[in-house]
Amino acid sequence: MNEVIQETEHKAKIHQFITFSVNKQEYGIEITSIREIKGWINTTSLPNTPQYMRGVINLRGSVVPVLDLRCRFGLGLTEATKAHVIMILNIQGRIMGMLVDAVSDIIYVKVEDIKSVPSMDVTEGQDTVLQGIADIDGRMVALLSLEKIFDHSKCLHFEGEMHQEIMQGHNKNSE
Amino acid sequence: MSEFGQFKNIYFEECGDLIALAEETLLLMQAGDSSLENINALFRAIHSIKGGAGSFSFNNIVTFAHEFETLLDHLRNESIEFNSDICQLLIKSHDVLHDLINLAKRNSDEKPLQFFTVHSQLLEVLEHHTGSAYLSKDEVNEEIAETVFQINFKPHPNMMKFGNDPLFLIRELSSLKLDQKSENFSVIIHEDQVPYLSEIDWSLCYFWWQFQIKTMHTLSRIKEVFEFVEDDCELEITILNKIVIESKSRTDLSILKEQKSQEINSLKISDSGSSKSQKEEMSHSIRVELDRIDRLVNTVGEMVIKQAMLIDQAQLIQGDGIHDFIKGLQDLNHHMRDLQDYVMAIRAQPVKTVFSRIPRLVREVASELGKEVNLVMSGETTEIDKTVIERLGEPLMHMIRNAVDHGIESPNDREKNKKNRIGSIHLHAEHKSGRILIEITDDGKGINRNGVLKKALEKDLISPDHNLTGDEIDNLIFLPGFSTATEITNISGRGVGMDVVKKSIQSLGGRVSISSIEGKGCKFTLTLPLTLAVLDGMIASVGNQQYIIPIINIIETLRPSKAQVSSLIGCHDIMLLRKNTISLVYLHEIFNIPNAIHDPWNAIVVVVESEGGELIGLVVDELHKQQQVVIKGLEDNYDPIPGISAATILGNGNVSMILDVAVLKKLGQQQYKKRLETDKKTITNLR
Repeated sequence: MNEVIQETEHKAKIHQFITFSVNKQEYGIEITSIREIKGWINTTSLPNTPQYMRGVINLRGSVVPVLDLRCRFGLGLTEATKAHVIMILNIQGRIMGMLVDAVSDIIYVKVEDIKSVPSMDVTEGQDTVLQGIADIDGRMVALLSLEKIFDHSKCLHFEGEMHQEIMQGHNKNSE
Repeated sequence: MSEFGQFKNIYFEECGDLIALAEETLLLMQAGDSSLENINALFRAIHSIKGGAGSFSFNNIVTFAHEFETLLDHLRNESIEFNSDICQLLIKSHDVLHDLINLAKRNSDEKPLQFFTVHSQLLEVLEHHTGSAYLSKDEVNEEIAETVFQINFKPHPNMMKFGNDPLFLIRELSSLKLDQKSENFSVIIHEDQVPYLSEIDWSLCYFWWQFQIKTMHTLSRIKEVFEFVEDDCELEITILNKIVIESKSRTDLSILKEQKSQEINSLKISDSGSSKSQKEEMSHSIRVELDRIDRLVNTVGEMVIKQAMLIDQAQLIQGDGIHDFIKGLQDLNHHMRDLQDYVMAIRAQPVKTVFSRIPRLVREVASELGKEVNLVMSGETTEIDKTVIERLGEPLMHMIRNAVDHGIESPNDREKNKKNRIGSIHLHAEHKSGRILIEITDDGKGINRNGVLKKALEKDLISPDHNLTGDEIDNLIFLPGFSTATEITNISGRGVGMDVVKKSIQSLGGRVSISSIEGKGCKFTLTLPLTLAVLDGMIASVGNQQYIIPIINIIETLRPSKAQVSSLIGCHDIMLLRKNTISLVYLHEIFNIPNAIHDPWNAIVVVVESEGGELIGLVVDELHKQQQVVIKGLEDNYDPIPGISAATILGNGNVSMILDVAVLKKLGQQQYKKRLETDKKTITNLR
């Protein structure tokens, strides 16, 4: 009995992350937000969206947008092949896909082992999307904040003015 | 949502149904059918509303519904005679009750404006007719009511061990009966639990009883008898029939007989019979969350697409037995189509749900304006998708309001023009070639074309040297910013014009048209799709992308000659089509699609109706085929994208975007401006 309690207490402090690589760098996201992982399939592009929005795919009948993480980091479009992976995520109730190079591992990280991001010396584009950095046996894994990666305003910043104007007009129409 | 809130929602949903039912009944009564059946139906509806309101302590509703109910009670006992005044009062009361429910829904404790007048009218009528000061207390009603209760009393075997004797209870119960006549109290003893003599324990109770008692007392008084044994028995009390005693003296003899025989029947019928009839009533409909149905609709839509794809694929395969396989698939296809129809039918509802709100509206508006209007409705049973119905309400009410306000003349004016003093409005719905047709016809003054023209010129909506046909002039009323009423009236001038009506109908994938004869009246015709889940679309490709253009928007498609197209400086490209100029919108440009055909004379121009009825030419590479597609909202997982209304999945499994034609022109203009700016920059850079 005691053991069970201890174990659950133990578990509560430990978070599970899935690690994956983009451009040879290792990243992690919390396992609870991952719905499934599937191979790359061609997308249908979404017009007038940021370049890193690769478009949408058909996931058993639902239309799911896919984001290119490499491009989101400002490292250019991924030249996607069958070996590339789309991670299907649940972000605040929305189903989104994220294109990465490869999925590698599941890691267990104690809360106290997650270090905050140093405020300087980070690659541009990544500063806003990191949740923390984990030190796993000497390996550095950058833990990502999905909310920040898929941030509304960030997605809209591309041709934001035009978008806004149209949407305002749109809203007026529908009112 | 809390569980309580959930119950509340169910209550309000039920209220909606009951109010609609009451309205329907009232209309029958207004038409002169004041049969007992109708009064009873109305009574039951109001009573259920009152009952539910009591459990949520909506006191306003309870008080008002109570008086309403009492009036109905008098009507069915014929202690108050039914006449047109009473009918008007009933209708007004119904309206007030409806308002009260709506207020309660918004958690407001307010009373609607008409509450006090109608309520006092009700009390007045009641007081006047009953001849005595009317007490608005529940007990009055319940005390004088003569009720037949059926009581199933099953004591637990060891009840007597606690010093309770069923005999005393039975004696007490029998003392409550109406008078000393034995027929007012009956007892059936059930001895099926009695064991063999050898096994009988004298201290246990093996019997159970079924009583039927006719009494003046209330349910609570009956319950009181069994108060002390509540925990030691199974008690079931049902009300079999309820009549009010003072009615008897005045009641028509035949009705009295009928009631009597009913009474006797109910006394004879065993309880299983009555509960069975209740169950039967229950099974007519069930409430299902719309969400679940939508999921079902989606999945079935998906299956239909996959099925079509399988058939396509199977036809490519060679080999033995493949023929049978394809035949099987085709059979399956029929079943799938059926399944889709049935599933769609679940979402379909008769337009009655919207139409039933109209009579009240006409009544209110007409009385406010001092006009006399007779509303005729037909085809109320025509079924459309629930969402369409929900979103149809507002525009329809607006058009009806317009018809009464602007269409129908005042009674005196009508007489001068040798028309019937009472104007008439006809609201009609029907199925027509896969769509729903709704017509609103009035015999009013029609559209005043000169007035419309003058207004349009004043507001700068048309140029002075126009040469518009009569129909075109009529259609001007759909332009944004147009309102013919010189003063904003309370009725139709609520900040929404016909342009809003048109827009909301268009957003449902429908169309509005108008035909009017001045002095004779005018007719609005709405055509609406049967469902919002599927859409007929044309697949067009641009570059390597495929888009769906809704068929409803497409006017024509053509490949223009080079001479037809001219690019004007400072303006977007223009195509000349039968002496009309149509501005061109390049899809590849507004959506940034590479590898598309740039010259319209090599591509295809799809002429579509854009916002405000304006025609624009969409330039696409190629048209493929017309196809029914299942609409998938993009908004579930992504923010709305200008120019795209939704997505769909094609037979090959690829996602394709459905174009939102209405805003494409605006997008095109913005793209054009941007192109000009970049051009300017390049020029300055070159310098």
